[in-house]
Amino acid sequence: MSDAEVIQPDGNPGAFDTLVLGIGNVLYADEGFGIRAVEALNARYAFPEDVRVMDGGTQGIFLLPWVCSARRLLIFDAVDFGMEPATLKLVRGDDVPCFMGAKKVSMHQAGFQEVLASADLTGSLPAGLALVGVQPKVLNDYGGSLTSGVRGRIDEAVEVACQVLREWNIEPLPREKPLAGTEQIGPVALDMREYELGRPVVEGGTP
Amino acid sequence: MASVTTPNGFQLDDSGTRVVVDPICRIEGHLRIEVNLDENNVIRNAVSTGNMWRGLEVILKGRDPRDAWAFTERICGVCTGVHALQSVRAVEDALNIEIPANANHIRNLMMLAQYSHDHIVHFYHLHALDWVDVVSALSADPKATSELQQSISKWPKSSPGYFSDVQNRLKKFVESGQLGPFANAYWGSPAYKLPPEANLMATTHYLEALEFQKEIVKIHTIFGGRNPHPNWVVGGMPCSINVADAGAVGAVNMVWLNMVSDIIDQTIAFTDQVYLPDLKAIASFYKDWGFGGGLSSKNVMSYGEFPAYANNHTNESLMLPNGAILNGDLGTVYDVDVRDPDQVQEFVAHSWYKYPDETAGLHPWDGVTEPNFEIGPNTVGTRTAIENIDEGAKYSWLKSPRWRGNAMEVGPLARYLVAYARGKEDIKEQVDSTLAELGLPITALFSTLGRTAARGLESQWCAWKMREVFDDMMANLKRGDMATANMEKFDPATWETDVKGVGYGEAPRGALGHWVHIKDTKIESYQCIVPSTWNASPRDPAGNIGAYEAALLGTPMANPEQPLEILRTIHSFDPCLACASHVMSHDGRELAVVKVR
Repeated sequence: MSDAEVIQPDGNPGAFDTLVLGIGNVLYADEGFGIRAVEALNARYAFPEDVRVMDGGTQGIFLLPWVCSARRLLIFDAVDFGMEPATLKLVRGDDVPCFMGAKKVSMHQAGFQEVLASADLTGSLPAGLALVGVQPKVLNDYGGSLTSGVRGRIDEAVEVACQVLREWNIEPLPREKPLAGTEQIGPVALDMREYELGRPVVEGGTP
Repeated sequence: MASVTTPNGFQLDDSGTRVVVDPICRIEGHLRIEVNLDENNVIRNAVSTGNMWRGLEVILKGRDPRDAWAFTERICGVCTGVHALQSVRAVEDALNIEIPANANHIRNLMMLAQYSHDHIVHFYHLHALDWVDVVSALSADPKATSELQQSISKWPKSSPGYFSDVQNRLKKFVESGQLGPFANAYWGSPAYKLPPEANLMATTHYLEALEFQKEIVKIHTIFGGRNPHPNWVVGGMPCSINVADAGAVGAVNMVWLNMVSDIIDQTIAFTDQVYLPDLKAIASFYKDWGFGGGLSSKNVMSYGEFPAYANNHTNESLMLPNGAILNGDLGTVYDVDVRDPDQVQEFVAHSWYKYPDETAGLHPWDGVTEPNFEIGPNTVGTRTAIENIDEGAKYSWLKSPRWRGNAMEVGPLARYLVAYARGKEDIKEQVDSTLAELGLPITALFSTLGRTAARGLESQWCAWKMREVFDDMMANLKRGDMATANMEKFDPATWETDVKGVGYGEAPRGALGHWVHIKDTKIESYQCIVPSTWNASPRDPAGNIGAYEAALLGTPMANPEQPLEILRTIHSFDPCLACASHVMSHDGRELAVVKVR
């Protein structure tokens, strides 16, 4: 069901200190982990003005302006750690760029590793870097949602992220009311519940 | 095959050495190119394979048409807004919804900003490294670089100290061993022609372009709310505007509008003083590299874009006109009608799909997307590990779109040729003066460099047009018209039960159309034909080759082990296949049958 969403200008990419960025594609099963995690984080917690919580999609090099504007960057993504499916892992500092491209889960990571390198080249790589990654199970279920194992790690991923943010002296504030439309990080139609409700039934079983 | 002539006039010869480049895109998507070289290392056969399958048609079926934009925005990692725009246009067309003047202005502003931005990113971050040798920049003399800079532009960042600082930063970066964005190039290749100073200047602007991006994206965040995926709405734009001192909280107010105006000025300055002078400087060293024209001297097409008047997509209104040119005859420009079943058709004879009759094409409203992965008898390798593809059989996940049966090139060069042939004064003047400055004839445009130049000129044109559109919008607002959306027909209860619509226009990469069929308020079918499908398409049943394949023919390679010339020409199209193609599992199995609830 669609709502006409009137939005507010959300302008200055320079006006924040910490960027919490989910990347990936919600249309590709576990490839949507980063977006779903950042969606869950935003649904549960509010943050001070200088923290930007963003759904970065698969924008690759086009995310560079935001990455370069951040002093600290926390990323959620599906990463091939070579571990059991649905394993959650926290990576920090210099290890982040390595994991973002060692074994590419999808094309967007080729782009994102380049984003971090370009940020470094311009001298604007965020000083603080952390990655909350999950080992994906299924990526080629086009139009599908997270597999149950990966979905089961969302809560933990959110809490691990909050721990990192607290170390960065940012206190996540639990939300008391459900999100208003303008507080959501993506359009309602792509919100996990709406997205799954609208999915066609696949004969022969979903992975 | 050995040697054949295609119906569209190209000579193909597959007898020589086969070279494979895979993948070829530096951004989203998967594209593979195979070529055959003759004994002089000249390309005599070219094969373009899109090797991903994506079933957008599958995931949109049964969904609310007012939500389609949000999904189409995710099919591509780069062109978010352009798909969203064609999607809302398609639904508005189906439901006969007229949008207000302000919505048209805002959409134009967002698209113009996207063009300028996208072209700048393409030139500096995705294409420049095909022409600019970053490693050579390390040996440049900063003082001579400063003199070069000051001789071509009044851009203030031009002191010897500035270039020296950048050079040192670059040195440190390269010495650290983490080449990062520069890792996949062919440094030192004899195909690079720029002196070290021009290399340092261009590399410096590569870094400045990164900085500039921070500014231009703000236009999307102001009018589109969220970033980097702006919001859209069927019926207009989902933002309210308030030019009074007091008024609605959350509206786009004068503070924001002034910021937009400033960014427009900065975009004009960057394209006038950095992008265009760089382009001309680089082009002057590659004047004798006139390869890569392909289809551009024969068949080009533009759907037209930037309607000056809301809801009017005729050439009276379009700032970049609609039209098709055949056989290089700039004296005759045909009108393109995307609704006509005989004009825009897709063929699958060489694509991994199944049609009831594969000698015929289908209009997108009647489109069928049924996967059929099979490889030809002359394939070298296996289904899961193809070494050399057999282009005599099916060989791509892209369909072959054709206009009245003709393979067409689309993109900035096609748009500029159509606009030039239609006699658009602003475009003619810009093109003619640039060619005169470089001492080149109009035929020089029919090349890889011509394509790259047209993109640069268009980026500059877009920056200027943003100023015009912004001023028109402000005048309209000052007349008291604040409407940004028409919600009269937003409620599905007001819709007819069975309607079709098309949203069409030009994305930065070329002609883009979304065709939708809405039945009982839900999407019954949805088909997109995206720019890269036109350009990267495989052969059609008649044997016509597409723009990528045509553009590579006749190009000599300095060193087949370093396929820089292939990258140069393919990158000049700004390839982006994430949306053009479709994804499948590695073992080549077909998707499960889908039933809609």
